[in-house]
Amino acid sequence: MVKYILKRLGLAIIILLGVSLLIYMLTMAMPADYIDNRTAAAVQSGQMTPEDVLRLKELYGLADKSLPGILKGYASWFSNALQGDLGFSFLYGRPVTQVIKEYVWISFFISLIAYVIEIIIAIPMGIRAAVNQYSGYDYTVSVFSMMATALPSFFLAALLMNFFSINLGWFPLQGLTTATKIFHPSDKWGIFLDKAWHLVLPIITLTLLSIGGLMRYTRTNMLEVMNSDYIRTARAKGLPEKKVINKHAFRNTFIPLVTTLSGMLPGLFSGAMITETVFSIPGIGSMALRATLQGDIPFVMGYNMFLAILTVIGYLISDLMYAVVDPRVQISK
Amino acid sequence: MAKENKKTKNTQYLTIKEEREIAKSNRKIMKQFERAKNRKNVDESEFTTQMHDPRNVIEIDNLHTYFYTDVGTTKAVNGVSFKIPEGKIVGVVGESGCGKSVTSLSVMQLVQGPVGQIVDGSIRYTTSEGKCYDIAKMPRDEMRRIRGKEIAMIFQEPMTSLNPVFKIGDQLDEALAIFEPKMSKNEVKARSIEMLEMVGIADQEKIYHNYPHELSGGMRQRVMIAMALICNPRLIIADEPTTALDVTIQAQILELLLEVKNKINGSIMLITHDLGVIAGMADYVVVMYAGKIVEAGDIHDIFKNPKHPYTVGLMRSLPSLSHVVTGSRLYSIPGQVPSPVNLPDNCYFCNRCEYSFDICMEQYPPDYYFEDNHRAACFLYDEKYKDLDLIKPELPRNLTDDSESIMARKIPQGRVVLESETDGFGG
Ligand SMILES: Nc1ncnc2c1ncn2[C@@H]1O[C@H](COP(=O)(O)OP(=O)(O)OP(=O)(O)O)[C@@H](O)[C@H]1O
Ligand code: SF4
Ligand SMILES: [Mg+2]
Repeated sequence: MVKYILKRLGLAIIILLGVSLLIYMLTMAMPADYIDNRTAAAVQSGQMTPEDVLRLKELYGLADKSLPGILKGYASWFSNALQGDLGFSFLYGRPVTQVIKEYVWISFFISLIAYVIEIIIAIPMGIRAAVNQYSGYDYTVSVFSMMATALPSFFLAALLMNFFSINLGWFPLQGLTTATKIFHPSDKWGIFLDKAWHLVLPIITLTLLSIGGLMRYTRTNMLEVMNSDYIRTARAKGLPEKKVINKHAFRNTFIPLVTTLSGMLPGLFSGAMITETVFSIPGIGSMALRATLQGDIPFVMGYNMFLAILTVIGYLISDLMYAVVDPRVQISK
Repeated sequence: MAKENKKTKNTQYLTIKEEREIAKSNRKIMKQFERAKNRKNVDESEFTTQMHDPRNVIEIDNLHTYFYTDVGTTKAVNGVSFKIPEGKIVGVVGESGCGKSVTSLSVMQLVQGPVGQIVDGSIRYTTSEGKCYDIAKMPRDEMRRIRGKEIAMIFQEPMTSLNPVFKIGDQLDEALAIFEPKMSKNEVKARSIEMLEMVGIADQEKIYHNYPHELSGGMRQRVMIAMALICNPRLIIADEPTTALDVTIQAQILELLLEVKNKINGSIMLITHDLGVIAGMADYVVVMYAGKIVEAGDIHDIFKNPKHPYTVGLMRSLPSLSHVVTGSRLYSIPGQVPSPVNLPDNCYFCNRCEYSFDICMEQYPPDYYFEDNHRAACFLYDEKYKDLDLIKPELPRNLTDDSESIMARKIPQGRVVLESETDGFGG
């Protein structure tokens, strides 16, 4: 087991190496970087000359866009990254790692709650739809979940905002705190409630977006299991239908569910770019979107590496979970 | 012109409109059947009935099981009637797809719903408590009185019939625990291990703690048999219990079935497409073709004096010694089974039958009876056509001898001996 994990980690490092090179080259190929963006106005009004801009770029190591130049830049980025230094964000004026560390938690919190609600709702729904295949329940649930999945996140978010905060006024429109309210720093509970109140709509948005997928996944797997020979055997034994479904069928559907869902865990740290931006939540996702739009190369680089690491860890967890939940899978090497 | 096209339309192609109509009517029909099956607290009198002959364990009468698929209604079982007397083995034979499995699944109410439904007929069964139920009319909830405890089933595919995520012991214990809630865990376990021993598993304690994937196919089929027998059922349905196994294991499993049948004094419905297996085991034979029974009778009648051209064809395609000796090629019945979706109004076998004549193309033959409940559905035996001097199917001389020899292989305890065994060790 330990040997297997070590082997997988070794493999992960090789994958990350390749991925980081790829991301670096793509990021460098972005049409306009931060310096272009910031100096555009000055150049136009004649306060700066193109030569000044070039000198600035050289200072930041962004001038040489030839292949050897990029590779050289990558080498220095990489050796710094190995020491845990992902560079300095132009936009936020702080080390990239510090920005990520600070904003990742709010994203994680939102995603985690949405993830838990999603599981609680989608799995029983998927099972019920599969058990009553072709029933009214099955059709209704399928249609609604498909609709929610198909809606673009900004559109769904806008709908919810319009209905719940503008029309009904139940929830705040945007942000994380109420600007007009002043809390005493010792009033932790009040601050918490205020934040939670602001996060209700974003969480609903994320849950609605993901519930359909998980529900369909559960339904498909459950249907496959329900049609298998061992379910027929369980019924032939005389087991009550409840036991057939809850024990024999679910224990088998559980395998793909657990492996997929556990593989998604690291991804909870990655943030929801669009949703966070629409609701003006200062999470890692909206920070990354802003940085990308502004051409903040060190931050984009760092954020993408962060995502790559999360993905690789997700796959590893998923594979390890197979050995835990499926007796047929044994990890020996 | 257009109308004519529709009449002679190829069944392979459906217009979108036709498809939609089929789907619509299917949904309606399936809903109706499902609702009837899902009813709760149904009065027992609704599905209580009377056996026609109390010596029978089960009487299947005019059973129709259909599948409402997207391309039309598949009449998988289309008017099947036969009975299983107490303590006897009834063999059901027929080509792949003729409805053998669906017949047996209907008896257990295990047909794949909501697509598959028992649409007509009755399945009368008397429980060990002496109550007679019509299984075809029983609501799903009530089926627990029958499954496992009264009728047990052994499936075609031992590799996939055990749940891969539970230990053998769990799966055995569970079967018993439902019906013996008063038994303690240890008692249940002891009984499970005893059953494993009975089906010839040597290392019972170890196997008890194994997962199915750690066992070979033959071992798994033994476990399936142990599981089927654990509650002392009165009827065992064995659906091709040996098809997926290799030849030496086949003989062992069949022998085991006979042994345990005698021990629990039950009856067996043995499904197979191998006449050789039937010859060594069964007391009665039912020959199925395209969802109907074409011939049924005592084992001796069927093997020595088969009446239906299809039965004779099956016998001729039986691999046997004479083929090996003479080097002649294996016979196979030419042509194909008609599609169960669009069954014709004539004899289903007529496109493959060497003996067919005019009337065969016009209607489906009724059953004609011979001595001892021997019956065949074939116009050749109709008194009306006696004057036509029709040639009747007969087994070739060498095959009559063969069938004698095949049946002779059924040694007293019912042990099926392999050709190689008799050759090698007989003298
Ligand atoms: N789940 C299903 N859905 C639709 N049609 C089915 C289904 N199960 C069986 N059928 C149809 O019923 C017919 C009879 O099938 P059945 O399994 O009883 O054949 P069989 O005699 O047991 O054959 P085999 O020897 O291959 O086991 C087939 O033609 C098949 O098309
Ligand atoms: S009824 Fe006619 S076609 Fe059918 S089996 Fe008999 S002879 Fe052949
Ligand atoms: Mg079958």
